[in-house]
Amino acid sequence: MAQFRLPANSRYKESPGRHHAAEPGARRVRQFRVYRWDPDSSAPPRVDCYGIDLDRCGPMVLDALIKIKNEVDSTVTFRRSCREGICGSCAMNIDGVNTLACTQPIAAIEGDVRIFPLPHLPVVKDLVPDLNEFYAQYASVEPWLKTSGTLPGEAERRQAPADQALIDRPSACILCACCSTACPSYWWNSDRFLGPAALLASYRWIVDTRDGAQAERLTQLDESFRLYRCHTIMNCTEACPKDLNPARAIADIKRRLLDRDS
Amino acid sequence: MSGYALVEHRSDVIVVGAGGAGLRATMGLAEAGLDTACITKVFPTRSHTVAAQGGISAALGNMGDDDWRFHFYDTVKGSDWLGDQDAIAYMCREAPAAVIELEHFGLPFSRTEDGRIYQRPFGGMTTNYGKGIAQRTCAAADRTGHAMLHTLYQQCLRHRAKFFIEFFAIDLIMEEGACRGVLALDMATGTLHRFLAQATILATGGYGRAYFSCTSAHTCTGDGSGMALRAGLPLQDMEFVQFHPTGIYGAGCLITEGVRGEGGILRNSAGERFMERYAPNAKDLASRDVVSRAMTIEIREGRGVGPARDHLNLHLEHLGADVIAKRLPGIAETAMIFANVDVTRAPIPVQPTVHYNMGGIPCNVNGEALTRAGGSEAVVPGLMAIGEAACVSVHGANRLGSNSLLDLVVFGRAAAARCAKTLRPGASHPDPRARDVEPLLDRFDRIRHAAGSRPTASLRDEMQRAMQRDAAVFRSGETLTEGCAALARSHDAFRDLRISDRSLVFNTDLVEALELDNLLLQSLATIHSARNRTESRGAHAREDFPARDDANWMRHSLAWVDEAGGVRFDYRPVQLQTMSEDVERIPPQVRAY
Repeated sequence: MAQFRLPANSRYKESPGRHHAAEPGARRVRQFRVYRWDPDSSAPPRVDCYGIDLDRCGPMVLDALIKIKNEVDSTVTFRRSCREGICGSCAMNIDGVNTLACTQPIAAIEGDVRIFPLPHLPVVKDLVPDLNEFYAQYASVEPWLKTSGTLPGEAERRQAPADQALIDRPSACILCACCSTACPSYWWNSDRFLGPAALLASYRWIVDTRDGAQAERLTQLDESFRLYRCHTIMNCTEACPKDLNPARAIADIKRRLLDRDS
Repeated sequence: MSGYALVEHRSDVIVVGAGGAGLRATMGLAEAGLDTACITKVFPTRSHTVAAQGGISAALGNMGDDDWRFHFYDTVKGSDWLGDQDAIAYMCREAPAAVIELEHFGLPFSRTEDGRIYQRPFGGMTTNYGKGIAQRTCAAADRTGHAMLHTLYQQCLRHRAKFFIEFFAIDLIMEEGACRGVLALDMATGTLHRFLAQATILATGGYGRAYFSCTSAHTCTGDGSGMALRAGLPLQDMEFVQFHPTGIYGAGCLITEGVRGEGGILRNSAGERFMERYAPNAKDLASRDVVSRAMTIEIREGRGVGPARDHLNLHLEHLGADVIAKRLPGIAETAMIFANVDVTRAPIPVQPTVHYNMGGIPCNVNGEALTRAGGSEAVVPGLMAIGEAACVSVHGANRLGSNSLLDLVVFGRAAAARCAKTLRPGASHPDPRARDVEPLLDRFDRIRHAAGSRPTASLRDEMQRAMQRDAAVFRSGETLTEGCAALARSHDAFRDLRISDRSLVFNTDLVEALELDNLLLQSLATIHSARNRTESRGAHAREDFPARDDANWMRHSLAWVDEAGGVRFDYRPVQLQTMSEDVERIPPQVRAY
């Protein structure tokens, strides 16, 4: 059996992480255990613990992280932007689940709140993962409208509401990467398996009645790794913070390929 | 000299920012064969355009008669006659083509029964010069900005545009009053990069985070406008800050005007539909400044709801679960998450919340930045601005809802077309002189090693609270004078900044400090401009000067901020001619809804 070692920064120690106690007089304290790793330092990753008074903190996990950065330790590093669940910046692993910190209520978590970067991606620093490969996979499905035939001049293409309904949900993906990084197949084969997010992006165009490249798109996916490393584990759908269903989209792609070849 | 090794990049054009305007420009430049570097501090689909909900305006007439001239009239009136009528005419005339273009790019618009783009009513949008209610706002459910931003990013991929993602633009490289490029920080490595180009387009958005409570993302810090001020350029009409009537109480998250467009109603503690008193015709669909003022008065006079009577209720239960699921699914989700409200059963608690900056970098309809030199107007060679960062001015003193997404694509496209027309691909441009770059590196180095006593977050909090308190929906000479003093203290305190993170890789402690510097300069420009303008117009409501004063103030303010935080003013006339034979100018009138 092959021997291998995990990358250095994927091994961490619970101790001796630093402990920051809650402010004096705090009554409703929750402990936030946050993965820390600074590539500039030779130290291995650690988990720091921050006591936060929930009476003086907003309701979401992102509120707690921002409170930590603003008031306790400004070196804690994470991405965030819209704080309302639409930009997809603050995807991370919270309490063992990939989700958006900005829409994850602290109250929905029991006990200590454990915050780690999205799993199985290279870590840039603390909670910031390297998403370059994820973005390259998205681009690789050529996620733009391809048309054959002429445009209807200065008017829009007509699309029936029922046809629009086919793309309405799939096009709502925010590219947060919660789904792909929740997929065991993606963990093992992220170099060759496209992962649920990129497949959902391809599907969004396959079912768009305005797109003329359905056959080409299906052919591009018809490969043992790119598509068929999906083993219908369905972690993707479980993880999606926007309640989208990549697993179903992938199943539909497979069905269309079956129909094509039979 | 700070001894930083600079990584050098040369291209024909630099676009700073990858929101709707930046991406539309980038796409157009790539399409035109100009070598373009788009520098963005967040991955493109994380830009704040993604959070726009209600839609994009264009007189398509898909859902009733419409004419772009009605749209023009509404926008001029909405701007309270501070908008430039030539620019407004250009935008409204181009609007239908711009929206059709987005559809041709594949934007997943909602549809009418006969398959056309779905359009909904929006505030201040009328037919026949104020007589009817227009259905003009083209929507992709209630996530139109998301649909647009992703579509434009996809088009950029299609045209193989070149992106520098998670690069933070630090300063403009200026030489003898001309822009030569930008200095930027690659966040992933901590290396500094010098980008040089024939033209630099700032598409860096607004600075909502100057305030404590805003609908804007954490990243809305107006970095391009901050850079322009440091480069000795003026910002225009900074006193005009739009408060959106319906931010979620407490959380500040946006609830689209499209809710009222679909029939939602604001009510006070007595259950009264109070907008009937303030805007008898348009009611809940009056302009945003009008509704925000009415709400503030209701709260002040004790008719607010909640234990502190400090907010109001937005009802949409009567729309029915079907309409909500089909047209406003994102709102239902946001209200549940952030207000714990099931909108099919209960109202959403809302309050006016900072949302948009009408002010910005003054520029013409081609996107070329303007300044004043020697008493006359001059184009800044090599510098352009588009989107919320710019002040063309199509929004004047108050922007109409759904005119922002339109502004992004119309002027993003115009700026790209201008570059295609005036620049030669591959034309050489000499190195900037070291003396023009060194001061920028020195400033960066000073902030990077800042070892004072004030962390960024504490300075930022102080600034945001001052802006919230002193430059609110209603202002007065007294509050604004206090605000000017508070902002001067914050600006001085920045010298006592402390950065704790000394690492190079992804140093967000450093980036937040650089953003704060940009916010501080824009806050100074805003509060001083507000004190300076002794009239009420659009979003700028002075309690001590409640009337519009066309004789003295129908003009744009230009504000310069010096290194000591001092603010100096000059003015530009408002363009009251349409410069078009297709549409008559709209002379100033009393603005009532």
